[in-house]
Amino acid sequence: MRLEPKPAPSLAATLLYPVGAVVATLGFAALLVLAAGASPLSVFTLVARGAAGSQFALVETLTRATPLIFTGLAIAVAFRAKLWNIGAEAQLYAGAVVTVVLGTGLLPWPSLLLIPVIMIAAMLAGALLLLGPALLKTRFGVDEVVTTLLLNFIMLLFVSMLLEGVLKDPTGLGWPQSQKVIAEAQLPRIIQGKRLHYGFVIALAAAVAVWVVMKKTALGYEMRAVGHNPEAARFAGIPVNRVLMKTALLSGGLAALAGFSEVAGLKGNLTLDLSPGYGYSGIVVAMLAMLNPLGVIASAIFVAGIFVGADAMSRSAGVPSYIADVMVATALLTMVVAILLTRFRVRWR
Amino acid sequence: MEALDILLTASFWVAAIRIASPLIFATMGELICERAGVLNLGIEGIMTVGAFAGWFTVYSSGDLWTGVAVAALAGAAFGLLHATLTVPLGLSQHVVGIGITLLATSLTYFTYRLALPEVTSPPKIEPFQPLPIPGLSEIPILGQALFSQTPLTYLAFLTVAVVAWVLYRTPLGLALRAAGENPSAVEAQGISVSGMRIGAVMVGSALMAVGGAFLTMSAFNSFFFEMINGRGWICIALVVFGSWRPGKALIGAILFAAFDAYQVRLQQITSGVVPYQIFLMMPYVLSILALVLVARRATYPKALMIPYQKGER
Repeated sequence: MRLEPKPAPSLAATLLYPVGAVVATLGFAALLVLAAGASPLSVFTLVARGAAGSQFALVETLTRATPLIFTGLAIAVAFRAKLWNIGAEAQLYAGAVVTVVLGTGLLPWPSLLLIPVIMIAAMLAGALLLLGPALLKTRFGVDEVVTTLLLNFIMLLFVSMLLEGVLKDPTGLGWPQSQKVIAEAQLPRIIQGKRLHYGFVIALAAAVAVWVVMKKTALGYEMRAVGHNPEAARFAGIPVNRVLMKTALLSGGLAALAGFSEVAGLKGNLTLDLSPGYGYSGIVVAMLAMLNPLGVIASAIFVAGIFVGADAMSRSAGVPSYIADVMVATALLTMVVAILLTRFRVRWR
Repeated sequence: MEALDILLTASFWVAAIRIASPLIFATMGELICERAGVLNLGIEGIMTVGAFAGWFTVYSSGDLWTGVAVAALAGAAFGLLHATLTVPLGLSQHVVGIGITLLATSLTYFTYRLALPEVTSPPKIEPFQPLPIPGLSEIPILGQALFSQTPLTYLAFLTVAVVAWVLYRTPLGLALRAAGENPSAVEAQGISVSGMRIGAVMVGSALMAVGGAFLTMSAFNSFFFEMINGRGWICIALVVFGSWRPGKALIGAILFAAFDAYQVRLQQITSGVVPYQIFLMMPYVLSILALVLVARRATYPKALMIPYQKGER
């Protein structure tokens, strides 16, 4: 069998395959639900209701989407330049550590000064964490997939060390957790009494900013050129390595904002379970959005909805909530196939 | 002095070989895939599947070797999925690999929760027992380390020998290596590149799964979440460190495991002075260092990660 490029696909064809991917994902999930001895229709209804059926559900979904927008953007930026950053999880924690270090009273400043300073410092930490693997890639040819993956494990152990050492909350009854950040370092809630915080607004702004960078600046053009064909980009006079460095800084910084926003907006302190794999889910978010920064918003809300909805469904229907992770992973694989099929025709023989 | 005495104890080397065993299986699996031109980042998830499938088969009153076979089959099934997406469809091996890891891991956890909804601590099985080889296992230190292990460890060493023999001494191995170096030459011989690559990824994934099963069926006796804990990624580093050669990769895995066994013992001596997390970081730090060390002179299979379409070039 072979693949032949298609002529420019129509809008209908562009939508056909991604919709097919979603249908295939739901079909597979339905099989798992049947295996669990429940009715797919009622389970899907429960998931949808749990994700968006009430004001509480919607707020919860948007809250969960916030870190996913940041990590999704981080991955979208990196993958666009074919910099395979699988270390968003580590960069997230780097941002969270910086937030806790600076936000627990070290800098006794008013919010308007303190929060931007913490954000910049957190982004720097995440950026530097990805700069290492990027330098190893360009200088030594070390595959960044493996180094960024291994750094996730190193970072989590480092955080564990901090939480049992210098950052340990003396009043935490022995739990490995940090002190809460001071009131000035906290992001306010959007609606009083609801969990949704201004981290969501910052995430939306970040998505727009990244979209502008990707579409309207020379850097964005260079990143796409490097991702499309590094040899051709080099031939055209684009400093490929320098573009990769800038991509790494931007990507690492965005992922770190996820950690900042979770600590400063939602949790208040740092624990070892701050992120249930937002760094990895970010890969799915970015791919579902076809690496489009504005699309990341929608796909992050979609992925967050599946997680939040499945949690609610699991409590009442008894189907393990891991079905959400299965659906998200399946969506990733069916989506890459769908994207391929919109561009190529499969010819048997 | 105490720290050096460790190296002279038999129990240290026994532990090193035991720690090396799952790495040897999975490293050979990854090596086969990469030699055929496919980077398999599904390794971490496939090891998770193997760990669960093997253990669960034994738990559901299966026999130990049936468990190994089921683990291998489950691994091969995910290998087939990986290969279908990356070989004929030529999709990004990075994205598909990560996707396979996410899918395999989450499906395992889902199945675990479905099969054992009520348990708080995972049930135990009767794992493989050490099978000392008469005579050889009485040789001090070296004999004890190599010949008083479980049958699965012997199988790991046998696998290295078989992989090396097939790769370098058989026409099949030649075709497989050529599929990763110069695919059009393979096609010119009338051999299907896609067929070679799909087969390699399936066999390689089966070995990865057996590596995972070693953990639940030989090293420990039950299945825990996150028990693979980055071993798959370490194996990818070991393949590079071993220059894509089975023998060198074996030495790398043993060296690595010896270091791991050593840090556990060193941890006991220095307890309280150095945070234990520093020791736990060592395997990952070591993997990165190993990659940097060999990266300059690494000779990747030339067609690694390059999809092949019949009739191109």
